[in-house]
Amino acid sequence: MGKTMFEKIWQDHLVRDSQGDTSLIYIDLHLVHEVTSPQAFAALRENKRTVRCPEKTVATMDHNVSTRTKDIEKVDTNSRLQMDTLAQNCRQFGVLLYDFEHKDQGIVHVIGPEQGLTLPGMTIVCGDSHTATHGAFGSLAFGIGTSEVEHVLATQTLQQSQPKTMLINIDGKLGQGVTSKDIILYIIGQIGTAGGTGYVIEYAGSAIRALSMEARMTICNMSIEAGARAGMIAPDEITFNYIKGRDFAPKDANWDKAVAYWKTLPSETGAKFDRTLDIKAEDIKPMVTWGTSPGQVTSVDGIVPDPDAMKDAVDRTSARNALAYMDLKPGTRILDIKVDKVFIGSCTNGRIEDLRAAALIVKGKWVANGVTAIVVPGSGRVRLQAVKEGLDKIFTDAGFEWRFAGCSMCLGMNDDQLKKGERCASSSNRNFEGRQGPGGRTHLMSPQMAALAALEGKITDIRTLKN
Amino acid sequence: MQPFKTHSGVAVPLNRVNIDTDAIIPKQFLRKIEKIGFGKHLFHEWRYSDYEGTKENPDFILNQDPYRKATVLLARDNFGCGSSREHAPWALGDFGFKLIIAPSFADIFYNNCVKNGILLAQLKSEEVDAIFAYVEKNKGAAISADLPSQTVTAGGKTYSFQIDAFNKECLLKGLDGIGWTMQFEDKIATYEDKIKDQHPWLSRR
Repeated sequence: MGKTMFEKIWQDHLVRDSQGDTSLIYIDLHLVHEVTSPQAFAALRENKRTVRCPEKTVATMDHNVSTRTKDIEKVDTNSRLQMDTLAQNCRQFGVLLYDFEHKDQGIVHVIGPEQGLTLPGMTIVCGDSHTATHGAFGSLAFGIGTSEVEHVLATQTLQQSQPKTMLINIDGKLGQGVTSKDIILYIIGQIGTAGGTGYVIEYAGSAIRALSMEARMTICNMSIEAGARAGMIAPDEITFNYIKGRDFAPKDANWDKAVAYWKTLPSETGAKFDRTLDIKAEDIKPMVTWGTSPGQVTSVDGIVPDPDAMKDAVDRTSARNALAYMDLKPGTRILDIKVDKVFIGSCTNGRIEDLRAAALIVKGKWVANGVTAIVVPGSGRVRLQAVKEGLDKIFTDAGFEWRFAGCSMCLGMNDDQLKKGERCASSSNRNFEGRQGPGGRTHLMSPQMAALAALEGKITDIRTLKN
Repeated sequence: MQPFKTHSGVAVPLNRVNIDTDAIIPKQFLRKIEKIGFGKHLFHEWRYSDYEGTKENPDFILNQDPYRKATVLLARDNFGCGSSREHAPWALGDFGFKLIIAPSFADIFYNNCVKNGILLAQLKSEEVDAIFAYVEKNKGAAISADLPSQTVTAGGKTYSFQIDAFNKECLLKGLDGIGWTMQFEDKIATYEDKIKDQHPWLSRR
């Protein structure tokens, strides 16, 4: 029987096979940021332990950096304390740090791939649930808590029980205006926010093969929103072309050796998955969330559902709570929802391709009256590239604010937040209550659709645009 | 970490699905470098009617007696979903919770709780329904859990739950996971030697 890609990577990383349920697996790359690491480093010091493999550990500052200024003096005291602490920890333990002022600083899940740190076949962890992003390269990547961060720092391994596997095949051709963000929102709508709990999801099929690396990362990134810790996509020529020549990518003889190994990774014919799901690409429309959980989602031409019509009592209560929080009435057309703010950025959709796609919508137009729209590049490199291509000018000419790299309004740990009652079209990943700011209301969608909402002042169907 | 063997305490019902870690502890409280003091910010958005957290929201169940002293949390599906922040179990533990019962938990949250000595008992949906009905009828009733026998007892009924043998041992002994792993240091070193040879591109610098 053939093996799945997950099984191959798992078996290649077993330091100690499971005795009972829990195995010890080796971690090839540990990404670290300022918010979930200070307690881990402090515990290392307390217990007189050290970082086992500083060369396999890379840190950045992203969650609470300011996107308005590079002047650290202007950052709030608590955030600054976390940033200073990370800098001290990296100095003490010899960890490479993309700090606040580094030209390549950015969101941890944007810079990993961009620097060529993320490679197929690797195990990658980070104290952040969106670590699944890196699975787009055919790696096993997942989020961990701070105790596990400490464990990986000290031992370069993790105690893990083997997850189940799910295969999601998306075959066919995506319609005009439909993006990989819509694919993943559609999947979450189908399987639910806990549908992937206990699983690693492999995304496959002709629609996935046709996607760029950026688009694949968007899908894997939001696997956690379906409950799955990890999502993965088999590496192919698109993957190899993306990696080749990047700073930390294998070079010369190592490149050939690595590619030969990477080519052995894809799931084999006949490999058995615990669950399989088939989706037709043609069934997917541009998607928009209406509630406070990513599973509360519908197509842009849909309506806000009626909780009373829901069969399941728990769904009913949860939809009622969501509509009360979102201040929406059942039956409202998604197209009639007005927005106050627009956020384009995040580890889901803050890459160069996302900014290019949004700029194409925005070019020569103007942000609607009363709407505040911000573009936050995922990294310093993304920002620089965008400037080279003149995208910054397109955005600012249209009335968008053009910011420095960081997580920004995806989670509002810095001063980029929604105010109470404000409604946002957002290219980010979570529409939880208060996620983008206490009392703020989030509608998740693709960066193109978010850009269009900024121009129209309301949610608009991208398919109605000419060309 | 404190070992967990048995526990009995007042159970508070939180009748919502998909309670995410942003709701358990909002982002503005994550800007700390210690593990302590998060309990006062637990469920901040629901618990307080002002941003500063000075005015309690009387409608929120944790602000009502006898639930202020609750140590058992009864929840619905997908509890602890979203962000991987371990500040969520730190906040729950600091408030006093020792045991959480739900039909399902998010994976990362589950692991984070085990590392902090909080027992998560996953029961069948209909069993959780029955316990909800019991505690809603008997306000302030205690629920107990016995880890060695993997059972929860509520209203005279006993329910069984599954737990990974390793997680069980860690909880029972209050084990430091790193100490456990370090027994296998030779295996880690052997693995590293092997991989240096087989996958030389992974040795970055």
